[in-house]
Amino acid sequence: MKVQRWTLMSKIFTGGTVVAALLLASVPLVFDADVVQKLTTLLILMLLAVMWNALAGYGGLLSVGQQAFIGIGAYGTVFFADQGVSPYVAMLLATLLAGLISVPISLFALRLRAAQFAIGMWVIAEVISIIVRLDQNLGAGTGISLIQLNQYEPNFRQAYTFWLALAFAVIFLAALFFLLRSPLGASLQAIRDDEDAARSLGVRVVARKRLLFVLAGLGCGAAGVLIAANTLFIEPGSIFSVQWSAYMIFMVLVGGLGTFEGPILGAILLFAIQTTFTQGGPWYLVGLGATAALFALVLPRGLWGTVEERLGLRLLPVGYRVVKTKGEERAA
Amino acid sequence: MTFVNAVLQGIFLGAFYAVLACGLSIMFGVMRIINLAHGDIAVLGAYVVFFIVEHTGVSAFVAFAVALPVMILLGYVLQLTVLERSLKAGILTPLLATFGLSIVIQNLLQLTFSPDVHSLGSSAGLITTSSWQVTSGLSVSALGMVILVVAVVVFGALQLFLSRTRAGWMMRATAEDADAAELVGIDSRAVYARATAIAVAIAALGGLFLGIRSVFGPLSGPTQLIFAFEAVVIGGMGSLWGTLLGGLALGVAQTLGAQIHPQFAVMAGHLLFLAVLIVRFGGGRVVLRTGR
Repeated sequence: MKVQRWTLMSKIFTGGTVVAALLLASVPLVFDADVVQKLTTLLILMLLAVMWNALAGYGGLLSVGQQAFIGIGAYGTVFFADQGVSPYVAMLLATLLAGLISVPISLFALRLRAAQFAIGMWVIAEVISIIVRLDQNLGAGTGISLIQLNQYEPNFRQAYTFWLALAFAVIFLAALFFLLRSPLGASLQAIRDDEDAARSLGVRVVARKRLLFVLAGLGCGAAGVLIAANTLFIEPGSIFSVQWSAYMIFMVLVGGLGTFEGPILGAILLFAIQTTFTQGGPWYLVGLGATAALFALVLPRGLWGTVEERLGLRLLPVGYRVVKTKGEERAA
Repeated sequence: MTFVNAVLQGIFLGAFYAVLACGLSIMFGVMRIINLAHGDIAVLGAYVVFFIVEHTGVSAFVAFAVALPVMILLGYVLQLTVLERSLKAGILTPLLATFGLSIVIQNLLQLTFSPDVHSLGSSAGLITTSSWQVTSGLSVSALGMVILVVAVVVFGALQLFLSRTRAGWMMRATAEDADAAELVGIDSRAVYARATAIAVAIAALGGLFLGIRSVFGPLSGPTQLIFAFEAVVIGGMGSLWGTLLGGLALGVAQTLGAQIHPQFAVMAGHLLFLAVLIVRFGGGRVVLRTGR
């Protein structure tokens, strides 16, 4: 009996992911602005799904309020750009601001359980939204444009935003990947599987959850920054909308809660649905809500979780697997 | 005097929140789950009443009496189709499933009734306009009094139901320990379904008051859910009378907040809620306390 992490399949696939990221980097050189903008949206969805899964899938923290950090990222960008900072530096500062604000919030929010945490986070998002609405400099309730980005020629701007989105997606995916593979990650996966058991084995549950919470704060902040850069206009009603949470929940539930690959799959699916039903509208949302509820009830491990279970596939390995050596197989 | 008036109006507003929160509190007390579609169910109730009023021209209160059996039935169906399954699957599943349900209800309402807002005020008769001017700065609206009295009656009736009737004892026993209750022959499935039916019916009453007090649209649900949940938490999760007090406290906080700045009303409620959470840091008894 031996313990292994990599299989041939996962080596090929992880290598393939790296190659795909490199190929994606050349997209703005080949395709026109419309395609680039769409793919930026896909990367934003992916980032959001992966971050929500880090919270819910590994930390057991179901947040309906991650739009708080999306909003901080988006409004932070506008705020710093207004102070005269270069817009792209403003984007980095805004991402860090979201991460910074997540620290004091975590001190209090992580003490809450299940529904209290879920709705508590929602209320925090509402409070931040009200504060933004009260600030005339941020456009109050009517919204504000990121005019500083107009100094760049549209095609270049779209390309820069795409590269930034790709960089954020790669950084946060890689951060979570290596975090989960580290000794720290073993404790995170233990919390996912059984929080009480993990605690009794000496895992510092709250400290580990804080790590995930701040990571998700940074990641959702980054997504907010990208949304502001991609759409050039933000208003509190939509950027702080609970709809973002609905999207995140859909992607993660359909893809596979608590799996590494699942949310990526979920994001691609949601993106495909959004591009097919461009009309959007209520029917599309009815479908989204019903699918999420059905997956929660019937297929709680999502598409990827189910595939993984049935076929034993690990494409981006963050766990270990036990394989029998040749001698044992013969003995058995 | 404006202060006294603000507190009084806050109590009337809070009675409405208490009615909204009552069902949420019952479901948490009995099943330890929070139904994230609760606000949308209240709004659905308002729409059912609105639909009946539009088609028959009866008063909103008569229409509510007709809508009530429909909503009770809906509560049973909700329990048997969605909640019962999610109860067995861990603490996050009920939240995820009811969040999905919430989006479904909002958008089905939007498809059926258009995104426009409606009000039941005009079909509720004189009650919406009458008020007693006690002194120059202090007025008591008839609607506010009605909602306050109804709220106290609803909570009192629930108290009597839980403490005096057989079905109430079974509900308390199941809330205390479902497995032990099963051992002495209580069918927990039936108890849960009854609790959900009661919760949905009272949510619909909240929806009726929402429609009479102000306006509602397909997307009004989430805000009602937040207010209801705040009332439950402020009053102490699992405590029925606490929910009534929590609703009143939330209402008073909002009207006092509005004295500082109109946009500060909702904010003051949120801050009170967060302050209570910080003080209690997620404690709260999970056993349904009935005040005895």
